[in-house]
Amino acid sequence: MAHIIDDDMIEYVGILAKLELSEKEREDAKKDMGRMLDYIDTLNELDTDSVEPMSHVFPVHNVFREDVVENGDDRDNILKNAPEKKDGAFKVPKTVE
Amino acid sequence: MTEKEILSLTAVGLGKKIKSKEVTVLEAVKAVLGQIRSMEPDLNSFVTVDEAFALSQAEAVQKKIDAGELTGPLAGVPVAIKDNICIKDMRTTCSSNILSDFVPTYTAQAVENLIEAGAIIIGKTNMDEFAMGSTTETSAFGPTKNPWNLEYVPGGSSGGSCTAVASGECFYALGSDTGGSIRQPASYCGVTGLKPTYGTISRYGLIAYGSSLDQIGPVAKDVTDCAAILEVLASHDKKDSTSVDRKDNHFMEALTEDVKGLRVGIPADYLGEGLNEEVKEAVLKAAKILEEKGAVVETFDLGRVKYAIPAYYVIASAEASSNLSRFDGVKYGYRAKEYEGLHGMYKKSRSEGFGAEVKRRIMLGSFVLSSGYYDAYYIKALKTKALIKKSFDEAFAKYDVILGPTAPTTAPKLNESLSDSLKMYLGDIYTISVNLAGLPGLSIPFGTDHKGLPIGLQLIGDCFQEKSILRAGYALEGEHGYTMPELALKAINGREEK
Amino acid sequence: MSKQYETVIGLEVHVELATKTKIFCSCSTEFGGAPNTHTCPVCTGMPGSLPVLNKQVVEYALAVGLAANCEINQYCKFDRKNYFYPDNPQNYQISQLYLPICHDGYVEIDTPSGKKKIGIHEIHMEEDAGKLIHDEWEDCSLVDFNRSGVPLIEIVSEPDMRSGEEVIAYLEKLRLIIQYLGASDCKLQEGSMRADVNLSIREAGAKEFGTRTEMKNLNSFKAIARAIEGEKKRQIELIEEGKLITQETRRWDDNKESSYAMRSKEDAKDYRYFPDPDLPPVLISDEWISSIKERQPELRTEKMARYQEDFSLSEYDADIITASKHIADIFEAVTEICNKPKEAANWLMVEGMRLLKEHEMEPENMCFSPENLAKLIQLVDNGTINRTVGKEVFERIFADNVNPEQYVEEKGLKVVNDEGQLREAIQGIIDANPQSVEDYHNGKEKAMGFLVGQTMRAMKGKADPASVNRIVKELLG
Repeated sequence: MAHIIDDDMIEYVGILAKLELSEKEREDAKKDMGRMLDYIDTLNELDTDSVEPMSHVFPVHNVFREDVVENGDDRDNILKNAPEKKDGAFKVPKTVE
Repeated sequence: MTEKEILSLTAVGLGKKIKSKEVTVLEAVKAVLGQIRSMEPDLNSFVTVDEAFALSQAEAVQKKIDAGELTGPLAGVPVAIKDNICIKDMRTTCSSNILSDFVPTYTAQAVENLIEAGAIIIGKTNMDEFAMGSTTETSAFGPTKNPWNLEYVPGGSSGGSCTAVASGECFYALGSDTGGSIRQPASYCGVTGLKPTYGTISRYGLIAYGSSLDQIGPVAKDVTDCAAILEVLASHDKKDSTSVDRKDNHFMEALTEDVKGLRVGIPADYLGEGLNEEVKEAVLKAAKILEEKGAVVETFDLGRVKYAIPAYYVIASAEASSNLSRFDGVKYGYRAKEYEGLHGMYKKSRSEGFGAEVKRRIMLGSFVLSSGYYDAYYIKALKTKALIKKSFDEAFAKYDVILGPTAPTTAPKLNESLSDSLKMYLGDIYTISVNLAGLPGLSIPFGTDHKGLPIGLQLIGDCFQEKSILRAGYALEGEHGYTMPELALKAINGREEK
Repeated sequence: MSKQYETVIGLEVHVELATKTKIFCSCSTEFGGAPNTHTCPVCTGMPGSLPVLNKQVVEYALAVGLAANCEINQYCKFDRKNYFYPDNPQNYQISQLYLPICHDGYVEIDTPSGKKKIGIHEIHMEEDAGKLIHDEWEDCSLVDFNRSGVPLIEIVSEPDMRSGEEVIAYLEKLRLIIQYLGASDCKLQEGSMRADVNLSIREAGAKEFGTRTEMKNLNSFKAIARAIEGEKKRQIELIEEGKLITQETRRWDDNKESSYAMRSKEDAKDYRYFPDPDLPPVLISDEWISSIKERQPELRTEKMARYQEDFSLSEYDADIITASKHIADIFEAVTEICNKPKEAANWLMVEGMRLLKEHEMEPENMCFSPENLAKLIQLVDNGTINRTVGKEVFERIFADNVNPEQYVEEKGLKVVNDEGQLREAIQGIIDANPQSVEDYHNGKEKAMGFLVGQTMRAMKGKADPASVNRIVKELLG
């Protein structure tokens, strides 16, 4: 089954990924993604009906921290790399819900 | 000692000479800085070299060694760090424009461990942007070249770390390996690279690509160095929830040539179509050597090999699409100069800041997680991962070590890979499944092909069985081992003549 | 309106847990503080940082789930919810979708037609976002990550509620349970308890649900009640006009008493959830569950029973006192000091409740020290001041937490017990009111009351009423 990735799909994925592609990048992305998905479809040859999906490769569990405050005020460091800042906060374009 | 003699030493070798006062830390640092100055115009192994910092560390560490406070095998030895591992106050870019000015405010745990052991940090090495690539050509700061032949790629994504070690620009380096990013360039550059069992080395401070697959590891001149470095790097870190508390971190103990009775399996599926004949011969030669030394070697069917790459690209891209969403121009990194509104700022900053391969993987990852495709792609890939792990579990019920090639070929030429990404991905066919199963994998140099390019062998162990592959690697490396590329020797000789 | 409609309401309630540190890093959760002073690489999404789960978050979530009669997912995991927003530093929120910690529970509420169970679909753990401050000067927004990573539980109800009253009863019940567990202070105004209302309308008797909308930004019980009324009206009007209801998220503006749709082309609502690879699963053993149950603090019904048993409070009194965990705590602290449970209950129930109502305050905001109420009770009890003066002093304690002993001293409010002084004053009143004296002698008992009242007024309320009564009677003969 050959995957056809159309403009709408690329537009939609661009919204999800917050990427704006140039005309050429769009055309490349459509081809690339179609080819990759065709390739990924080879996984369908595998019978995985009775297989549990494995997200963590080792059975590590219950890794916890105790509820103790260890961090102090580190604001200057936290803001050090900010492209724009003001009044001890990160400055962004006007954002209203 | 002459600069040439110093630069021909391994990391552990240099450590011994420093301890015995035959070499000072400053001499070692100056030797690598000299080599960096000579080689960088050709190689481009480094994104950042911090000479002043290196020299100041040299002085401080020498004092501690003299005072008997630093006694480990790596004290005073210069190291280079892949540029996706954070070091406080040292620019860390992931070879991306989006982080070109990023200066971390904290240091990765792995690097903290090195500093504690007396390492001298020289700088940050070039890589494929965000570790996405197999050639170090996707770096925003230009490609790194293979020191054996400047027309060839060094492999990737830890290409900078591997060329730096191969050409004497440092004595060892840290890389990261998500699908083969340490082992494959190690193989192309003729150095030794180890990806430890997932969870062995803290990921805290490693800028994530595929979190469930990423692992930091050493790149060095030989197996002994790798074992020594791993002893320093391996630690249970409470800041990394996937860090494993390993009781036995004495990897140096494994370094004996005694492989009698060692059960070695060679996957028949690794020797089939696509494998270069010269690489295949090297694998078979290695098998013979191990057999002669008393190991039991046989071929077997590992199975499901061809499914590792598609499963990997689904999982790694999905995780990457989420991991890299934090680069948005708000808190750090690149922000577009002109934009309209919040979402305009996001889109422009990211589109201008990320390179083509990174965008390609973010798009793919966002797609496979999106509504309606999650089960068909992401869950299917996680199930495939479970099956691949099962294949390895079955193999390790019969064998202590799996032997095979690291990559199907030796290094390809520059500018040949990126035009066909699918073909490039296939170059990782032997390394990727090791990440999916969380296993340790070691690549050692094993001769060269007719073009004079290094060939690498891969040894894969069961989880937490680094000692088995280190031992097998140690037994094999005597046959070929590390040699310095002609170009690097020429640079040293050129300086000595002056 | 020709047809009969039924309102169907489900709630998503977010509760900030009372942990000392954030859910995935050891930054303080303390409220307030200058912007970004409670932050670190983890809660600001710095590259290379990793989350580590706060155990106390799991314990609080378990405690709430068990108290709300939930089943526990003994294997639970965290997932990433991916969306871009400046208050979300990683541009994904760590939450739980596939295996939330608790599911299928209920709480019981009282309705005019008796008890009703409101189903709880699930409870999951997640991290809070930062805060966006709008800067009018530069027409930009500023991001403060102090709240980023504060632990939340989200309690998702079944669509079991049919009116605003039921919603308020459900929220009050939840709040009480959580406050009793000590898992959160649940202050709506400060945002430590927030509710999103899912509402749909259907014709009475219909089986299918109508299209629902989700309403956000509800900061008080009153706002919730108004928003429900408003949305109900809006949807019925649409239906009556034959229009379709759009499934959407709406933001309630309590000042304008109306809502508007939050919509954007850039907002795809496709969160691409997947298991967080940085966080291993949580396994909850039977032993862990039993230890949470064993350590569970006394809940309201147990407290009520104990108050009746140990302090001989009436069921009615115990009910009122325990209706707020905070008031119950004050009650116990006061009783502990002065050992006068009935007095303590009376002051809190009568004067305390009256003042709360008068000032439109939540019980949580009653913030005087128990020592001062205990002192007041003793002052009245040992006759230093009379009850009328006591009420005045209580108001001062309630408002400014004054020390009653000092206050009574400074204002000269002590009861006058000087027999001579009293007699003199009363004689004066009798002399000045011959008509009342005559009325008294003619059998009008009321006249006696008038004279006592006049005396109290002359003494500025400080006289002991019993003594005044006795002396008036005596002097009238």
